[in-house]
Amino acid sequence: MKNQIQFSKLSNLSRIVQFFQRKKKSAKVAKERLQIIIAHERVRQDKPDFLSAMQRDLIDVIAKYVDINKEDVKIELERQDGCSILELNVTLPNFLDRKENSKEELVVE
Amino acid sequence: MAQIIVVTSGKGGVGKTTTSASIAVGLAERGFKTVVIDFDIGLRNLDLIMGCERRVIYDFVNVIRAEASLNQALIRDKHVTNLYILPASQTRDKDALTVEGVGAVLDELRKTFDYIVCDSPAGIERGATLAMYFADHAVVVTNPEVSSVRDSDRMLGLLSSKTKRAEEGREPITEHLLLTRYCPKRVAKGDMLSIGDVNEILAIPLLGVIPESTAVLRASNSGDPVILDKESDAGQAYSDAILRFLGQDIPFRFTEEKAHWLKRLFSMKEREAV
Repeated sequence: MKNQIQFSKLSNLSRIVQFFQRKKKSAKVAKERLQIIIAHERVRQDKPDFLSAMQRDLIDVIAKYVDINKEDVKIELERQDGCSILELNVTLPNFLDRKENSKEELVVE
Repeated sequence: MAQIIVVTSGKGGVGKTTTSASIAVGLAERGFKTVVIDFDIGLRNLDLIMGCERRVIYDFVNVIRAEASLNQALIRDKHVTNLYILPASQTRDKDALTVEGVGAVLDELRKTFDYIVCDSPAGIERGATLAMYFADHAVVVTNPEVSSVRDSDRMLGLLSSKTKRAEEGREPITEHLLLTRYCPKRVAKGDMLSIGDVNEILAIPLLGVIPESTAVLRASNSGDPVILDKESDAGQAYSDAILRFLGQDIPFRFTEEKAHWLKRLFSMKEREAV
């Protein structure tokens, strides 16, 4: 019984605290969410459409010769003063008795 | 040289057609020979907003397919001189619009008109991409609401990459932000994105702020573009936007909440004291 009274007192107290605590305005939340998602989408938008298709094709070609995991191929496109660098990163499995991490760089226009 | 303006947004229901109608009427009122084209093939509605739905005989697709001449399809506006409407077709044929077809019609219109306003459909399908493809100016209509702002940003990305100007490496399309359904009261309460918030995110010049207004529904009910309702806040805000588009420096109205009479009284006293 005593516990219950204490509990209800506590919940009343938290309600009072909540009342005085200024809730974050919804417009502020909206702005923050937008800034994050738009920044994220702009990066993706800047990449050419063919990139994901080319990534699939490259994986298929490499997989034809080497036994690799599809997750072991990473393609990144970076822009540096007027030229784009296409970076192809392939983690090859154990062969020739050593673990190899080969990195090919291909410079496109 | 004729200027092509696309009114676009990505998201539906934000006020593209209302804006296209008012921009077209506003430019014609200022003496420019103007035509407004509905690119929403299959779901035409500009005719209703302009109040000419019963006078549609031929449409945009008829002209593209050479089933009618441009002069046969253009509808003379009943409100202002110098304004013509080219309605969309109600066909369900998705491929009715082609780059070549639209380009040819626009080239023909360019010869006689000062401004060509293209009312884009929602989405990023063919109608929307073709509406923006030939444009010189883009009016991006945005509501102060998350989904609309995000879609507008997507459209800005397309405007800077998937248009003729972008493809030819010419000077990019001039972008203008038009904020619609703005509610200063809710902004003051912190429950709506402010002009500053949207501007900060989209970062393009602000052409106008149209307040949430009962006049907009009244205007579409009667088929008279809201800019003609000179008494209304929305009508005046559109008139201001037209003047800004034409290069005038006009202060923004209807963007602040009217202060409570008590508050006004006190601020008056304060001013007197100073």
